This record gives sequence, structure tokens and C-alpha cells, in this order.
Amino acid sequence: MSISIKHVSFSYGKREVLHDVSAEIDDGMLVSVLGPNGVGKSTLFRCILGLATDYTGTIEVNGKDVRKLSVAERAREIAYIPQTHSSVYDYEVVDVVLMSTGAELGPLRTPGEAELARAEEALRRVGIERLSHRTYTQISGGEQQLVLIARALAQDARTIIMDEPTSALDYGNTARVLMCIQQLARQGYSIVQSTHQPDQAFLYADKTLVLDGGRVFAFGEPKDVVTSQTVSAIYGVDVDMQSLYGDKVRVCVPVQAINQI
Amino acid sequence: MKASVREGFSGDSAGGSSVASAVGDAGAIRAKRATGRMRVVGKRRLRLSSRSSSQSCAKRHADLVILALAVFVVAAATVSLMLGRYPISLDQAAGMVASKFVDIPQSWTKQQEAMFFNVRMPRILLALMVGCCLAAAGAAFQGIFQNPLVSPDILGASQGAAFGAAVAILLGVSSFLVSASAFVFSIVAVALVLLVSSRAHGNRILVVVLAGVMVSSLFSAGVSFAKLVADPQDQLPSITYWLMGSLAGTKLDITLAIVAIPMALGLVILFVLRWKINVLTMGDEEAQTMGVDASRIRLLVILGATLVTASSVAVSGMIGWVGLVVPHWCRMIVGADYRKLMPASMLMGAGFLLVVDNVSRLAFTAEIPIGILTAFIGAPFFCYLITRKKRGRD
Repeated sequence: MSISIKHVSFSYGKREVLHDVSAEIDDGMLVSVLGPNGVGKSTLFRCILGLATDYTGTIEVNGKDVRKLSVAERAREIAYIPQTHSSVYDYEVVDVVLMSTGAELGPLRTPGEAELARAEEALRRVGIERLSHRTYTQISGGEQQLVLIARALAQDARTIIMDEPTSALDYGNTARVLMCIQQLARQGYSIVQSTHQPDQAFLYADKTLVLDGGRVFAFGEPKDVVTSQTVSAIYGVDVDMQSLYGDKVRVCVPVQAINQI
Repeated sequence: MKASVREGFSGDSAGGSSVASAVGDAGAIRAKRATGRMRVVGKRRLRLSSRSSSQSCAKRHADLVILALAVFVVAAATVSLMLGRYPISLDQAAGMVASKFVDIPQSWTKQQEAMFFNVRMPRILLALMVGCCLAAAGAAFQGIFQNPLVSPDILGASQGAAFGAAVAILLGVSSFLVSASAFVFSIVAVALVLLVSSRAHGNRILVVVLAGVMVSSLFSAGVSFAKLVADPQDQLPSITYWLMGSLAGTKLDITLAIVAIPMALGLVILFVLRWKINVLTMGDEEAQTMGVDASRIRLLVILGATLVTASSVAVSGMIGWVGLVVPHWCRMIVGADYRKLMPASMLMGAGFLLVVDNVSRLAFTAEIPIGILTAFIGAPFFCYLITRKKRGRD
């Protein structure tokens, strides 16, 4: 069991953001989290990552209670890939990847040859070793996202959390990044990613978790969960869902847009 | 891209020259020319493979820059020892230093010796120490606050020290106690900032910087009040002069020895944590998910940077700009990686302040306080740095 969330509730002050959320995520599984803005996707991620700790219930990652792990121990179990962001300073790509390799290093040490080899291996696995000596702030958004994925791989954690990894990317980069993520899941990583695209939550997922109002609205196989009823209900927009290629792909379109044509 | 190509070329030419020298070696043994050539080829292949697996051109470039800076600092210090109103030649200087350990014939006058050991050497030492400290603290703060506009006094260390010094001058105590009071109040100011920010809500970094601004203005109001009540005949000028910052009048005494301890301690902390500062520039939460305890590391870096800033300000007064300009300059030369940036800033800071102090004591008949000169030189230089085309931009 990669991630086990049991009866988690979380409040900011009096406002309850998560209410009794439970979910079990197996090893090597790619899970998409779908839900409108502000339903607690990011908060749930923060709880899983141990960044927010004052929740009730328990979260275990690879069988360990995240609240009982030290910062360094937690980094060995679970990695985080943020949305594409720029860095204040002009680091080389390989230096950005190297940043995640220090969890096991003692406080007095800096990464050496072994860590550098891990960073370069991670860049190779994502297929961007050619970028390793480019400046991180000068490569494209899609490339930056791939660098952040490589950074998570270099961390050597089995579980990876991604917060809307493709929200800022163009169509081509989105496809490239999502295929990369899918491949990693096939290689045995457990990956949880949030998305706003129902199509993606269907295509790039072994399971889909739908959150609404801080509660689990649905959790299961994408073919059962990503339906026009669910999407219409949680987003408050009437949608029509079409199945293509023998239900390998589902396309979601707002009904109003179809009627206007 | 352009820059990396250029570095690639320079790297290749360095490789070429070593190959050439290897060829020269081989040429000396003419009979074994063929084996020599094979050895050269082998060497070149080794170089290529080691390059691809270990460090990039930029990293080796940075190492060379650091080495060059170290050589520059040593050379500048040696030359500075000889410069001044009482010229001292290289052999005299070497003789004076050697005479402390072995018995050699004296080729210098008593005045020269007194000047050398009691005035020039301590002052040069202090310039190096203070420059190194301020630049290191500036670089560290720019990293942990993720802001390239931050300088070492961001957390009120300078204003706290100024207040401590002003109060001590009002009380009419010795110069050692003035420095001690400045040091203590500098630490107090930063501690106050951390206390206030730990109670406040919101973005940690923003809260700390805001608390720094508040505490700074509180202490600077205190300094103004001290000036108001000071005796305009002697106390007010000495407060004003202290605030300008100066390395004049440094003696090889107990103050210098004592101040070296917190400086060394702080510098060691900053040097050891230099790579963690890289991770902190990505933001607290990301650092946390990568296994770096952001709040603890930041606190340690603040401790180290405050120790060196407080000790520097306590003995030299307020010397601005070094802590802001030098890290910027170094970042443009060696890149943003703190593993290289921190040592480069330390060396560059030491060299920079030494050169500026030389100007301050040699260029004019009446000495100009170094705090004024660093601003005169630092501000235009900073403008040049930020308007100049960035390294590596396409």
C-alpha cells in the first residue's frame, strides 16, 4: 500500500477544508485527483506531504505515518513536484536536480560524485540530459516541468505527488509531460496528480479520485468515475461525454457549447 | 547558450595546451615518439570521459575563478603592506615578519617596524576580515530570503550596533566597550526580530523581513535620540564618525583577537551550510519535501550571518554596499550555485574591501571614512552590474 488515507479532516480555523477523506492507493498506481478549485486538493496534498500536520485521522505512506517521520525520512518516502515555477537565481539544470539528493547527507556535507550520478541518471530517464548544463530559468515551461520531474526521481522516493503538473503548459508539452508520468507509473512509482481536465483524469490514470466540498465524491476506476454525471455535478456545468477508440479515451464537452453551434 | 559555447572553447583550449605540453614531454623522448603519442591520446580520452561524468565547464570555470580570487587576495594583501606614507619594501616586509621567528640582520628603522606591525598589518587584516564577513552574510541572506536585493543589515544588525555604540559613546566608556556594546545590541536587535516574527502569522520570509524593517527603524530612532542628547563638542562627532564606518585606528590588540572568534564561527557555519542555501532558494515547502528542514536551516544561517555582521559592524562601524554588491558580482562570474558562490563571495569581499580601504587611506591627504567610499564606489558599480548584459543570455 503506497498511500493510505484514513478519515482525514482538516480545518483552516473554523472553515473545514477536508471532511473524513479516506482512500487507499496501491504501489505502482497512477491516480488522478479531479475537483473544482478550492475543494481541498492542495490541502490534501499538503497533508500527505507532511507540510500540514494538524489534521485528524492518519496518513501512511509506504506503511509509515507521515507525521511521525522526520523531514529527511519523509523525503525518502515521498517526493513532490510543484507546478512549473521560475527560480529567483539562475541555477544550472543539473544543480536544480541535485537539490533533492541531499536528504540522506549529513548536515555538514554537500552532494558529491554519487549524488551527481543520481541527478544525471534522473535527467537521462526523463530524456533531457541534453539540458543538464543549461540555465533553468532560460528553458521553456515544459522543459522546466520535466526538470522538476527529474528532480523528484533523483530523490529516490517511491511515491510522488504532483500538483497540476501541466496547468501552465501548452498542448505538446502537456502530452509529453503526462506520457512521461505514465511511463514512470509503469516503472513502479506510485504517482498522485491533480488535474482540471476530465479527459486527462480518464486517459492518464489507473484510478481517479474525485473531491467535492472537502469530501470524497467518488474513487475508483476511471471508467466508472469519469462520467458526464460526475463532471456535471462537481463543476456545475452540464457536460456531454463521448467515448472514443473503444473507450480508451473520453472527451468532455460543455452541452451549452454544442447547442450553440 | 552563447556563454556555454564560449566556455566550451576555453575549456578545450585548456585541454589543448595540456595536450601540447604532454606532446612536449613526449618529444623529449624522441625514440619513443609513437608510445608518447598513444599516451597523449589516452590522456585526451580520459579527460573527455571525466568531463562528461563529473563537472561541467561552468563548474570548472568557477573553481578557477575562486583560485584566482584567492591568489588576488594574497597578492593584494602583500602589496598593501608595502603601500603607504612610510614606504616599506618587499624585502623589508619579509624581513620584519621573519625576524619574529628567526634572528636576521635589521634593514629597517624602528618607526617602520612600529608602523608595520601596529598600524598597517592590523588594518589590512581587519579589512580582509570585515570584507569577507559582510559579503558572506549578504550572500547568505540573499539566498535564504530568496531576494537578490537583501543586504546583511536586513534584520537590524547594523542599526542595533549603531544604537549600542551611540549609547556607549554617551556613557564615555573605552573603545573596547563601545565595540562590545555595539556587538551586543546588534545581536539583541536580530533576536528581537526573530522573536517578533515567530509570534506573527503569515508568510515566514515576509514576516521576518518586515520585523527587520520595524526593529531597524526603532533602533535608528534611538540613534537619533542619542545624537540629540549628545554633547556637540566631542560625543556627537564621535557618534557621527562611528556611523560612517572606518577601519582607521585598528590595533593589533585584544579587540581584534576577540572579534575574530565570532567571525570565524559564523563564517564556518555559512560555509558549511552553503549547499543547503541552494535548496532554500526554492522556497520552504519545496525544501521541506526534498528533506531539508527549511526553518531550522534558515535559523542557523541567520545565526551565522548575524555573528559575522555584528562583529564586523562592532569593530568597523557601518560599511554599506559590500554585502549587497559583492555577492551580485560573484553570481555573475561563478553562477548561482552557493557551493561556488559562497567561497567566491568571501574572497571577493575580502579583496574588494581591502582595495577600497587602500584608496581610503592613500588617495587623499585627509582620510575618507571607508563607509562613504564603499557607497561612492559600490552604488555606481551596482548600476553598471545590473544594466550590463547578463552572462549567458541569448
